[in-house]
Amino acid sequence: MATLSVCQPQFGGFSFENCKRNALLQGELTKLGCSVPAARKTGTTIVGVVFKDGVVLGADTRATEGMVVADKNCSKIHYISPNIYCCGAGTAADTEMTTQIISSNLELHALSTGRLPRVATANRMLKQMLFRYQGYIGAALVLGGVDCNGPHLYSIYPHGSTDKLPYVTMGSGSLAAMAVFEDRYVPNMEEADAKSLVRDAIAAGIFNDLGSGSNIDLCVITKGKVDYLRPHDEANKKGVRTGDYKYKRGTTAVLTKSMTPLDLEVVDETVQTMDTS
Amino acid sequence: MFVIQNKLRSVNSVYTKMAAVSAMGFSQHLSSNDFAPDWTSREVSTGTTIMAVEFDGGVVMGADSRTTTGAYIANRVTDKLTPIHDRIFCCRSGSAADTQAIADAVTYQLGFHSIELDEPPLIQTAANLFKDMCYRYREELMAGIIVAGWDKRRGGQVYTVPVGGMLTRQPVSVGGSGSSYIYGYVDSNFKTGMTKEECLRFTAGAISLAMERDGSSGGVVRMAVISEEGVERQVILGNELPKFSTV
Repeated sequence: MATLSVCQPQFGGFSFENCKRNALLQGELTKLGCSVPAARKTGTTIVGVVFKDGVVLGADTRATEGMVVADKNCSKIHYISPNIYCCGAGTAADTEMTTQIISSNLELHALSTGRLPRVATANRMLKQMLFRYQGYIGAALVLGGVDCNGPHLYSIYPHGSTDKLPYVTMGSGSLAAMAVFEDRYVPNMEEADAKSLVRDAIAAGIFNDLGSGSNIDLCVITKGKVDYLRPHDEANKKGVRTGDYKYKRGTTAVLTKSMTPLDLEVVDETVQTMDTS
Repeated sequence: MFVIQNKLRSVNSVYTKMAAVSAMGFSQHLSSNDFAPDWTSREVSTGTTIMAVEFDGGVVMGADSRTTTGAYIANRVTDKLTPIHDRIFCCRSGSAADTQAIADAVTYQLGFHSIELDEPPLIQTAANLFKDMCYRYREELMAGIIVAGWDKRRGGQVYTVPVGGMLTRQPVSVGGSGSSYIYGYVDSNFKTGMTKEECLRFTAGAISLAMERDGSSGGVVRMAVISEEGVERQVILGNELPKFSTV
């Protein structure tokens, strides 16, 4: 139960010192006509669904930087613990680092308790961290896993609020994906049905949302087993060119040929071996 | 015990009174993305209608089930009646993140206090813990909470802690953006000495009317009855809601 003392210098936490400098730089750059480099965001469609024996998590694989696709095949389903995985939408760096920090802390916690970690524990750790940063960490997460109390699925928002639900969607394509879920979700589905439902929901996001695209990754978590299917469905394969710009030798006729030998100096050649022991 | 650090306020942050307009969170400090619609960057808020009523022997609490981010309904089956202790619940309205964090902190503090006392805690104690947190961090928080339950000393009690951190005990209390539409109904229909069943009908009717008129409230009606015997929870689905007009 620590309280922050006014006199002590702040250690840890977010340093706001650069915010003034950034604001000044932004002003300067706009005067010159350039723009501040944008943080890479995962436009994203991420979903999760609880079925009879576990949870299925799904994600697209497009990462955007403004209007340009920065990564055509990025991995949005992050490892938290052997029985818990987390999809991340929002700022790519934030989701990556947040999930890694909680994964590390959860491993230490599991070693301390001597038990397999619970999804509720990961949820608590994530929500308390995101709330502490008051929404400045732009990570919207879908957390799913199977523990001793069965399968669980949580959606976690950047400000630190969470919802425990049987099916969730997040990201810019979440509305398209939610439409599929609201139509076809039934409780206690079989694994094959759940996988097909998640695949269709992500596909809806990919084809109807500009910020989502490329392939569909799936992660099926059941008691004692995790199937990380990357890619599960290559929904957007790069097309094969039908024509060719190469011409056969002899297409262009040779009219004249002249050879000019170049005077080259031979420079000393030495080999220095590196100590690689 | 979590620590709330002073943060740089965004110039666009807006405080709105819970009673008048549906409260929205502060605009988020992320780079604007042409793809991302409004609701991906808005804070999650429980638009809400919440209510609690005392009767002889306990309390009846009710709430709607809608959580919104901007114009999108993030969760249509939210449970806004959060247990704080065995016979103490709270209704949450305002920012979802703020109220969840406060409720978690108070649950911890009250559990600790109850173990120290070796007795069930008083509702007044729980309400004061909420008030302390909501008043101390009033600039950073957006939370309107109704605390209610049953204890041995004073029976059924309802305490309200609105935005700003005031604390007051009331026989009946309403909160959230939808409450403005039902003050008339509540003031005219509440009588002291109602039975448990009358309170249940009163609460269900009030929440349904608010859900009908307030865009930020909807879904199902969740109710909880807290008495010496324990807690009874019930849900009224959309098609079973009490009807007030045949138009």
